[in-house]
Amino acid sequence: MSDLKYVGKSVIRQDGLEKVTGAALYTDDLDFGPNLLYAAIVESPHANAEIVKINIKKAQEHEDVVKVITGDEFPYRFGLYMHDRYIFAQKRVRFVGEQVAAVIARTPAAALKGAQLVEVKYKVLKPILCVQDALGSDENFQIEKNNMIHPELSEYKHVPWFFPKENTNIAHFRKIRKGNIDDAFKKADYVFEDEYSVPRYAHCAIENHVAVGLFDYSKRLTLWTASQSPHTQRHLFAEALAPLGLTHKDIRVITPFVGGGFGGKAGVSMEILAAALATKVQGYPVKILWNRNQEFINTYQRQGVTAKIKVGVTKNGEITALEQLLYWDAGAYVEYGANVVNAAGLSATGPYRIPNLKIDSVCVYTNLPPGGPYRGFGYSEFLFGLESHFNEVAKKLNIDPVEFRLLNAIKEGDELSYGAKMNPNGLIEAIEKVKKEIQWGKEEKSEDPKTKVGKGFSLFWKAPAMPPNASSTCFLKFNEDASINLLISGMEIGQGYFTVMGQVAAEILQVPPSKIRCLSPDTDRNPYEWQTVASHITWSCGNAVARAAEDARDQIFEVVHRALGKNIVDLYLEDEEVKSKADSDFHLPLRDFVINGIGLKDGTFRGGPIVGRGMFMPEFSSALSDSETGQGGKPNVHYTVGAAACIVKVDIDTGKVQVPKMVLAVDAGKALNPDLVNGQITGGLLQGLATVLYEDMRFDKNGKLLNSNFTDYKIPTTMDIPDEIVPIIIENAQPDGPFGARGVGEHTMIPVAPMIGNAIEDAVGVRIKHMPITAEKICTALLAKKSK
Amino acid sequence: MKKEITVKINGEKRKIEVRPTEILLDVLRDTLGLKSPKCGCGRGDCGTCAVLLNGKSVKSCLVLAIEVDKQEVTTLEGLMNDGLLEVQEKMLEGNSFQCGFCAPGFVVMSHELLEENPKPTKEEIKEALSGNLCRCTGYTPILEAVEKTCGCKE
Repeated sequence: MSDLKYVGKSVIRQDGLEKVTGAALYTDDLDFGPNLLYAAIVESPHANAEIVKINIKKAQEHEDVVKVITGDEFPYRFGLYMHDRYIFAQKRVRFVGEQVAAVIARTPAAALKGAQLVEVKYKVLKPILCVQDALGSDENFQIEKNNMIHPELSEYKHVPWFFPKENTNIAHFRKIRKGNIDDAFKKADYVFEDEYSVPRYAHCAIENHVAVGLFDYSKRLTLWTASQSPHTQRHLFAEALAPLGLTHKDIRVITPFVGGGFGGKAGVSMEILAAALATKVQGYPVKILWNRNQEFINTYQRQGVTAKIKVGVTKNGEITALEQLLYWDAGAYVEYGANVVNAAGLSATGPYRIPNLKIDSVCVYTNLPPGGPYRGFGYSEFLFGLESHFNEVAKKLNIDPVEFRLLNAIKEGDELSYGAKMNPNGLIEAIEKVKKEIQWGKEEKSEDPKTKVGKGFSLFWKAPAMPPNASSTCFLKFNEDASINLLISGMEIGQGYFTVMGQVAAEILQVPPSKIRCLSPDTDRNPYEWQTVASHITWSCGNAVARAAEDARDQIFEVVHRALGKNIVDLYLEDEEVKSKADSDFHLPLRDFVINGIGLKDGTFRGGPIVGRGMFMPEFSSALSDSETGQGGKPNVHYTVGAAACIVKVDIDTGKVQVPKMVLAVDAGKALNPDLVNGQITGGLLQGLATVLYEDMRFDKNGKLLNSNFTDYKIPTTMDIPDEIVPIIIENAQPDGPFGARGVGEHTMIPVAPMIGNAIEDAVGVRIKHMPITAEKICTALLAKKSK
Repeated sequence: MKKEITVKINGEKRKIEVRPTEILLDVLRDTLGLKSPKCGCGRGDCGTCAVLLNGKSVKSCLVLAIEVDKQEVTTLEGLMNDGLLEVQEKMLEGNSFQCGFCAPGFVVMSHELLEENPKPTKEEIKEALSGNLCRCTGYTPILEAVEKTCGCKE
């Protein structure tokens, strides 16, 4: 594949010029005219309460208020994997900030004022704010009905691979049982146990959520949303609003550029409000724009987790058994987050070959904001504990932590936790390259006696978490100048999706990427895509684009054959022309016929506009498995793997951590655009670094988030970046990927927390088991160590 | 309640009516249709709304529109009269942005820096851009584009 012309090249982003000039339009940049209405939400001040009475009279009478809507008008539930979320709270609120009512007004200010005038009387209940309280003390987690956050849990519709437990706060209980765990622990030379925890985090895309809905006089409902999931949104709106008589044909979702997603704009969260409210003000577009505070609270949060880990090893360092008990603080609604729990459960071994397993991944309701998808989808969370613990195990066995990883790293063909086989991968190559780049084993000394230097290592892996029938499609159309439009429905959320889709089509049709434009989704026009999540788009939609391009190429050859008598087997494309191996003088520019056809001597034409079609669905995937063991099925299509390492400097007086160097190697299968893969590495590493050093969500004793802004929830700035980042791309082709490619987007932040933790331990000899690893925690641990 | 103010917006003298409570960012976007400055936080934390007020950068979410009466406001739209700025060219070539939502703010801040200090050190570049948040890129490709513009890096 060395003769590729466009794939594998760092071409300039298709959307680059629009973005550097500010021409790129995001949802809130669109104009909706003077009829635009604005909605403000009445939010619950309580984490757990019954709604006794809502008085909307004063709000309704306020100047410029058009309408006040409460849950009485929308007694419907919705959700992606489990129908447990409400458009508006029904009789009960389950987290601070939950939507109770909405005020639609002529101006944003009037809507806000109106919302303040809605009087809601609550009967306050004791909130359940942690997993321990939600699970209770019974060994089977059975609890009293009045302690259930969702007493109707057993009635909720959900996907067949979820296992809710009746009379508990457990929405899904994923079990993996493999080999003989008890026997393996008995036979192990050593067994090491520990507990780790990871708090909640916020996505912090710089663009806040926004949605505009218009229910026009023909009863069509159009939504403009900042979303990663236009088709899934249409489907969820159609499901939720079915009682109003709306079906998919009546609903249209248009999604312009998105100002960052990271999972936060996947599925449906606040957008359901715009869809619902629009139906109450027919003929008027109505906008809901979240402010930063709402962005933190009422979209999705990354779920917190407590991990109890027990590992059995031989004295040579071979891992023989692993027990991982993961208890997830999934929040008030788990319609999306329960699948994070599921995905983590399936892959909680990390990229290691372990024959005997017991994994429980437990999705627990709490009265905190809804958890959900966040870049990494559970893997960053469980890997913090696992990779920290494995470092400790290696140390106790007196084995180098990298050698320990090399010994146990999973290889192609090894059996995964659910019984299927591991895909081709370059994990060993990644480990070796990172080891070399970070000069593993070479001790780094600081000239400052107050500063200690350490190195940390971590492996990572992740599979797309998606339903087995998640699919992608593409329509490809030529224009007169042989430029091309790709109609696809993944979202350009910054990762460079449009650019690489263009490169795939460019390679097959031999048209330069600069002549290819992708169209942002409009569900009336662009064909189906499941969602832009799971790092599956490059692979899945890339396959759909490749097939569409091949379809177009076949049509081109067919018409050249039919009109000019050239043999199809001799034809090929080069430099925007059709050429023939049998006739070196023949070259027909695409622009001469891809719209208007090929003219014959008699004045007639053959052909016409070339329009390609491509589709991809992984027909080998199945999510069905035994509920007690997780065995059977093939829930994950493949894993992307890699390794990462860093150097840290720790100030032993203040606990402050500096990161002079980070290295990450990822097996991209085939990097369609190396520059964009490097962009994912650089960005992912910093996002990961922020979770371990700076960020975490703090709630008060009543479940109110205390730091819902960028002053108190500190995301990194230019002053916080590592001095040096070394991205390493490894290419072991994914057999069913476009040009061998697989996704890398989420993976680059996954290893950061444990590798920093491991480096800090290496530097100063303290192990911090509860994220984030703040200067304060390091200092306290150092003082405690000193006093021993 | 509305008061007429006179502002030179992107080189053009405009008379506009504003309420005393209106935020400059909202007036730029909603009254004048200049969409490059964007709201990411509404409290001066993220820098996505950066514009130049009499040539000096301000966060337009922290400025009342009525304050800019008889002054000069320049948004990114007003910086491209002679085509792309060199720093924009470098950002384009370097694939510096991902989602691009923060891009206008970074271009405005980089422009201000390079006008005042054509040969900044890397630390000075970092400092000048430290009030602007980007969640996608890890900042490195943005900083590199500025370094390349001033010839500090090939």
